[in-house]
Amino acid sequence: MALLIGVPRETAAGEKRVATVPAVVEKLVKLGFRVAVERGAGDAANFDDDSYRAAGAELAASAAELWAMSDIVFKVRAPSADEVGLMREGGLLIGFIWPAQNPELMQQLAARKATVLAIDALPRQLSRAQKMDALTSMAGVSGYRAVIEAANAFGRFFNGQITAAGKIPPAKVFVAGAGVAGLAAIGTAANLGAIVRANDTRAEVADQVVSLGGEFVKVDYEEEGSGGGGYAKVMSEGFMQAQRAMYAQQAADADIIITTALIPGKPAPKLITAEMVRSMKPGSVIVDMAGEQGGNCELTVPGEAVVRHGVTIVGYTDLVSRLAKQSSTLYSTNLLRVTEELCKNQEGRKDGTINVDFEDDAIRGLTVIKDGEITWPAPPPKLPAVAAKPKAAVAAPAAKGHGHGAGEPMSAKSLAIVFGVGALLFALVGLYAPASFLAHFTVFVLACFVGYMVVWNVTPSLHTPLMSVTNAISSIIAIGALVQVAPPLDAAGGADRPNALILGLAVVALVLTAVNMFGGFAVTRRMLAMFRK
Amino acid sequence: MSASLATVAYIGATILFILSLGGLSNPETARRGNLFGMIGMTLAVLATVLGPRVTAAGIPWIVGALLVGGSVGLVAARKVQMTQMPELVALMHSLVGLAACLVGFASYVDTSVQFTGAEKAIHEMEIYVGILIGAVTFSGSIIAFGKLSGRIGGKPLLLPARHWLNLAGLLIVIWFGRAFLQAHDVQSGMTPLIVMTVIALLFGIHMVMAIGGADMPVVVSMLNSYSGWAAAATGFMLSNDLLIVVGALVGSSGAILSYIMCRAMNRNFISVIAGGFGGGAPAPAAGGGAAQPAGEVTPVSAVETAEMLRESRSVIIVPGYGMAVAQAQHTVYEITKLLREKGVTVRFGIHPVAGRMPGHMNVLLAEAKVPYDIVLEMDEINADFPDTDVTMVIGANDIVNPAAQEDPTSPIAGMPVLEVWKARTSIVMKRSMASGYAGVDNPLFYKDNNRMLFGDAKKMLDEVLTALRG
Repeated sequence: MALLIGVPRETAAGEKRVATVPAVVEKLVKLGFRVAVERGAGDAANFDDDSYRAAGAELAASAAELWAMSDIVFKVRAPSADEVGLMREGGLLIGFIWPAQNPELMQQLAARKATVLAIDALPRQLSRAQKMDALTSMAGVSGYRAVIEAANAFGRFFNGQITAAGKIPPAKVFVAGAGVAGLAAIGTAANLGAIVRANDTRAEVADQVVSLGGEFVKVDYEEEGSGGGGYAKVMSEGFMQAQRAMYAQQAADADIIITTALIPGKPAPKLITAEMVRSMKPGSVIVDMAGEQGGNCELTVPGEAVVRHGVTIVGYTDLVSRLAKQSSTLYSTNLLRVTEELCKNQEGRKDGTINVDFEDDAIRGLTVIKDGEITWPAPPPKLPAVAAKPKAAVAAPAAKGHGHGAGEPMSAKSLAIVFGVGALLFALVGLYAPASFLAHFTVFVLACFVGYMVVWNVTPSLHTPLMSVTNAISSIIAIGALVQVAPPLDAAGGADRPNALILGLAVVALVLTAVNMFGGFAVTRRMLAMFRK
Repeated sequence: MSASLATVAYIGATILFILSLGGLSNPETARRGNLFGMIGMTLAVLATVLGPRVTAAGIPWIVGALLVGGSVGLVAARKVQMTQMPELVALMHSLVGLAACLVGFASYVDTSVQFTGAEKAIHEMEIYVGILIGAVTFSGSIIAFGKLSGRIGGKPLLLPARHWLNLAGLLIVIWFGRAFLQAHDVQSGMTPLIVMTVIALLFGIHMVMAIGGADMPVVVSMLNSYSGWAAAATGFMLSNDLLIVVGALVGSSGAILSYIMCRAMNRNFISVIAGGFGGGAPAPAAGGGAAQPAGEVTPVSAVETAEMLRESRSVIIVPGYGMAVAQAQHTVYEITKLLREKGVTVRFGIHPVAGRMPGHMNVLLAEAKVPYDIVLEMDEINADFPDTDVTMVIGANDIVNPAAQEDPTSPIAGMPVLEVWKARTSIVMKRSMASGYAGVDNPLFYKDNNRMLFGDAKKMLDEVLTALRG
């Protein structure tokens, strides 16, 4: 029996997103589900009720009605206590839950005998989980929006220009933390033309920073900060000091600072001190994306934009919601991928039923409550043994010369063997062959060498013409046939020569080589005429 | 024309042939090189016909033969499609081989030239070897032609104990060679000569039958080499230096090409000739336990592909045999042109063994009017993949297989490959998930940044083109 997916209106204050957009409704219907949407659910994200209906969704008049009819509920924010109260016993809920921060909610949901998939509990290290990774897609949106907010508060252009009215220097943007949000901010700011610098405690992201057009600023201190699962860990005191020095220097220089530093389960690290804010030029902007966890800047007021010491400090906690249409589209695609995974083990039946399969690492990680039983935290997924290490070792020999003209010198041993065999052959020829043969042999050996030298210079793109032209040239064998057609015969030798037979053979050979000769040159000519700049 | 004048003309022709090959170092000079070749050939033929070894009685025969053969050749050259070049080249090799055989037989039955002692032995050995090479070239090329044109299945035919069969053939050939040298007159020498020819023909068939489709570049260039050696052997037989020189030039050219092809597949020449990837033993399956790429592929539609191409700044297209089969090169060019007009950098990456003949892809792209300065070799372009937004792989598999670098147990480990997976996104166009010629699964398909566009290459590319225009 086809299950019904319900999409309620988000009730959290200021939340404009919606868990499913009309385009995804269509795809869910194709998977065999029925979909119901609460009236006005998509209004804040510019999706009206009509477009949902057109996509095949039913409309529910109230939240109570919707929750009552739904087998599965798609949410953005974690449900409130009221919403949990509306939930059908034994239903399925997918959305952000944050089980570590919300133990009470977990208990309430467990009491409803619900099955809950927390999109934030996705095992992100599984590569196939990427398409379901809502944290990443949301972070990307907020990183983009952070730059837009900064541009809004900043009084100048981002890109440098030379105009009749004078030269405008490009804005200098410093991004603290090069996670997904940080990288999105780097890319957006660089595309607007700013000079972008970025720092992260995880040194391995330096390449990604550079690839997006940023410059990676290192902290002058040796310590590796990768804490697993794509997050950074808390660093040592010595490192913190070196980091503070670097931040102070960047703060004095930068026009715009965007901070994205978060450590899971802890308040955000205070990277930007009041002192640093004071050192910044008036009119500068700080966008603190860690506002919800207390902020990376000491002067941040979560949820607000304030001006301190002439610097605008943006601490909005709803950056994603401020781009509600985009973030809803991405989020609902993530949920669609989760749904597809849930349907995967139904042997291709598209009848709108699901299977919460604990053998599947991704599903296991997502599921924080199953049938009223708390299953969070999930055991770490069994990662396939990745053969990353031997890669470098194998790649090195593979990179050695190949293709054209890149021959490396032979080893001394094989060279000695080649020379030995060659000398033996030559000695045999010299011992037994008559003088007339040796003259031809000399020509032959020298011609081989000339051919070798000449052909190594042929460009690989012309290998086909090379083959057809050598093929045409090898019809020089026609000469052999020509001299047999009608040679001048002296009386002695010509007496019992089977003239007719030889003539026949030679003429046939001549016809064959003529095909080759004319055809080969003509087709080479045709080919070469096609090569043009 | 005196004998000395003819000889001087031969030297001139030799120089022209060398210049002709030398010209191919660059597409600019290649056209002139071809012209040199034609002049050289005309010179050589005229010098021979007007020289002391041909009497007036032969002229009508010669003119007639040249007219018939020449017109057939010209028509074939005009009609052939560029995708059929490998077949044409293989067929032409077979003609050279057959001609060498015929000239060899004619030379043997010709009693007007008499030798004695060591000279006689050497002359007969030259005939024997010349016919041997000619026959192998002939039958091998015919089979290669059949395989390339699809008249014979591409699968390697692996007879039981095939190496022993070959060895037995070789021994018989040597034994009859001895009998042939000891024969006193033409009649008694004919039997061993014919037996040897039959064995050589069978050997040529067997050799090429045992080689699979993707090893064809090696075989075609090897046969190219053989046709040269056949000409050189004929030159020895007739004491003609021009034939020897040209034969040696062609022979070494083909040998070098075979060597380059082998190196591009990281295989040695002997194992290719011995035939069959993996020698029939289920090597991929045995080593496959750990190397079985897990995961799933992400399919895309033609419209999404067009979208990705439009939004990228640099694109590299990697064509393979699939493009030739689907005749998709013209559509590829249309897409290239459109993207270049939009300011997208489009380049082509060519693997040395892409296609069925050395340089096959270059010719197809040239036919479709793709400028040759954006068609790059593997070594030139491999470093650029990390800076590339989209790589489009059209009908290629093994030459873009990351297992060659990442998995030491893979049967193709160590083969140089185009590192398409280093691009930001790669799109692989393929009919289905079937594995490539080598029978090795391709981990590229399962990479996160890879997308699969399933379907016939031509049809899919047409759809991409329509989407790009729209």
